[in-house]
Amino acid sequence: MNTVRVFVPRDAAALSVSADAVARAIRDEAARRGAEIEITRTGSRGMLWLEPLVEVETAQGRIAYGPVAFRDVASLFDAGFLMGGAHALSQGAVTDIDWMRRQTRVTFARVGAIDPLSLDDYRAHGGLKGLERALAASGADIVEDVRASGLRGRGGAGFPTGVKWKTVLDAQAAQKYVVCNADEGDSGTFADRMLMEGDPFLLIEGMAIAGLAVGATKGFVYIRSEYPHAFRTMRAAIDIARKAGVLGASVLGSGRAFDMEARLGAGAYICGEETSLLESLEGKRGVVRAKPPLPALEGLFGKPTIVNNVLSLAAVPSILADGPQAYADYGLGRSRGTLPFQLGGNVKRGGLVELAFGATLRDLIEDFGGGTRSGRPIRAVQVGGPLGAYLPASQFDTPLDYEAFAAIGAMLGHGGIAVFDDSVDMARQARFAFEFCAKESCGKCTPCRIGAVRGVETIDRIVAGVEREKNFGVLDDLNQLMTDGSLCAMGGLTPMPVMSALRHFPEDFRRAPQRAAAE
Amino acid sequence: MASTAVWDEGKAREIIVRLAKLDGAMLPILHALQDEFGFVHAGATALIADALNVSRAEAHGVISFYHDFRPKPAGRRVVKLCRAEACQANGCEELVAELRRHRGLDADNQDDERLTIETVYCLGNCALGPSALVDGELVGRLDAERLADLCDGGPVQVAQTAAGDTR
Repeated sequence: MNTVRVFVPRDAAALSVSADAVARAIRDEAARRGAEIEITRTGSRGMLWLEPLVEVETAQGRIAYGPVAFRDVASLFDAGFLMGGAHALSQGAVTDIDWMRRQTRVTFARVGAIDPLSLDDYRAHGGLKGLERALAASGADIVEDVRASGLRGRGGAGFPTGVKWKTVLDAQAAQKYVVCNADEGDSGTFADRMLMEGDPFLLIEGMAIAGLAVGATKGFVYIRSEYPHAFRTMRAAIDIARKAGVLGASVLGSGRAFDMEARLGAGAYICGEETSLLESLEGKRGVVRAKPPLPALEGLFGKPTIVNNVLSLAAVPSILADGPQAYADYGLGRSRGTLPFQLGGNVKRGGLVELAFGATLRDLIEDFGGGTRSGRPIRAVQVGGPLGAYLPASQFDTPLDYEAFAAIGAMLGHGGIAVFDDSVDMARQARFAFEFCAKESCGKCTPCRIGAVRGVETIDRIVAGVEREKNFGVLDDLNQLMTDGSLCAMGGLTPMPVMSALRHFPEDFRRAPQRAAAE
Repeated sequence: MASTAVWDEGKAREIIVRLAKLDGAMLPILHALQDEFGFVHAGATALIADALNVSRAEAHGVISFYHDFRPKPAGRRVVKLCRAEACQANGCEELVAELRRHRGLDADNQDDERLTIETVYCLGNCALGPSALVDGELVGRLDAERLADLCDGGPVQVAQTAAGDTR
């Protein structure tokens, strides 16, 4: 029998449900039975409810089995899974699974398929084509391609990436930087983490292209410390890329320099805000800077700096490789391309769903998600992380694009979607939004630092039934003030989840008061 | 995970000197000190201030700004429990309440030499929550029993998947 290739994810989500133990069990069982296998550890395909999802290479393609528990391994061998044999856990060929087929995998095309730390695998699957094209083009041409693709910043604000790059390109300076913001710790988002663990060379390639485009020779990827696996993988990938000449004094032998470092955050949510991230990289407290000056002109160490999100930079290689039009053909209106949505919370089939803009929220949470994991009705869905709005069922038909969400007082943000069933207490969620802001505020501006604390107190009074109408007035006032007067999105958007909870779920704030001491 | 190494000024100085040449060396130094000793000793402030040519106030300001840097060693078991929205939707606050009710553990203030519980906001495991980072390893689909066992020092790596069992 020939050596059979078996794939077991090493993505942190898969590890969190014992993928390592499954990989060991498969290795041991194969040894016991004298079967020759080679286990490749991959990223995750993003079908997280099926993790650990084991794949076997057969003549019919890669056949998937999941979720595989340690104790299932012997029966998988009995069923001949090394030849794609039938088993209760068989999901068929992985690319034929409906959940995968209905997606448009551009950024996440390789994630789960390849060995994340094999540069050969990366090249064999189309990697480095974008960088090669970039090396043959002028900086202005690269920037124009990015502009023409319609790519907008995937971190939340949706700012056109090409416009940002043009500003840095046109700035005159001896040193410029590319900074990747991998510290956008929005709850309900894990696309950055999955990408860095599953296809780190893609981010490296995107950053190198950004550097070539604007004349920056140094890059930093600032990774949140809550993602230790992603940090280790990125650091290892950067070393490999440097040894292979993808990074360094002569990128792919071109004579042009670009190198980068991975830096670890330290548990401050605010460092996902670009200016406080720059402060943190410089070795200071992560306190927000006033804008202007824009980071594009005076960024890291006062030099012109591209600050982009992981997914924005990861979208760039395919724009260069396949041309901007191919990317712009996805999507609708002013939202072009694809967005990797992240379906989490109380959902039956959670995971990563990369779609062209324009599908509806309902498509995602019902068709892909299959409703709640608890089996109870969905009551609210928070879109766009802790600063995103809570939406009721009546808004589930909203198309997933930046403008349509802005029109209903919500935002797509980073594409994180947290599903809640009908047991959720929306007054508690609104309170949490303020509590989180109070804990994580950098403290520089008063509306955020003080407003968040006042917000917690005011909601407590409302819930306790103390002068409710008067306190609703205070809350409205506070929300308005924080929205208008905060220095950055932390204070400025905290009212979004609060106001949406008030607007759509007012009954939760008007319940008969309970004694505060009762748990 | 948490190192049991005792504070050693010479060693700290070595680490600081080795890393001080990096651009923006402050955070890399602090992480390296914490990796080595399990915490950032108060004595590090002056050493860092000297090496990076900043005031002691500035160095202290940075150390105290970031949640990650601990002024004292953590417990032998460190549980970083995610309490952000997606894990809330899967009942992480009920797990916290259970810990208090049945184990008398206060997740907000548990920090002794046996066990440290820290709150984190999102480990990026939002589809398999509730989640915790236990001694650096990610654990998903936590339930009250498993969390209590982990708090008691139980094994992080188990043979059977929690996911397979609870579906």
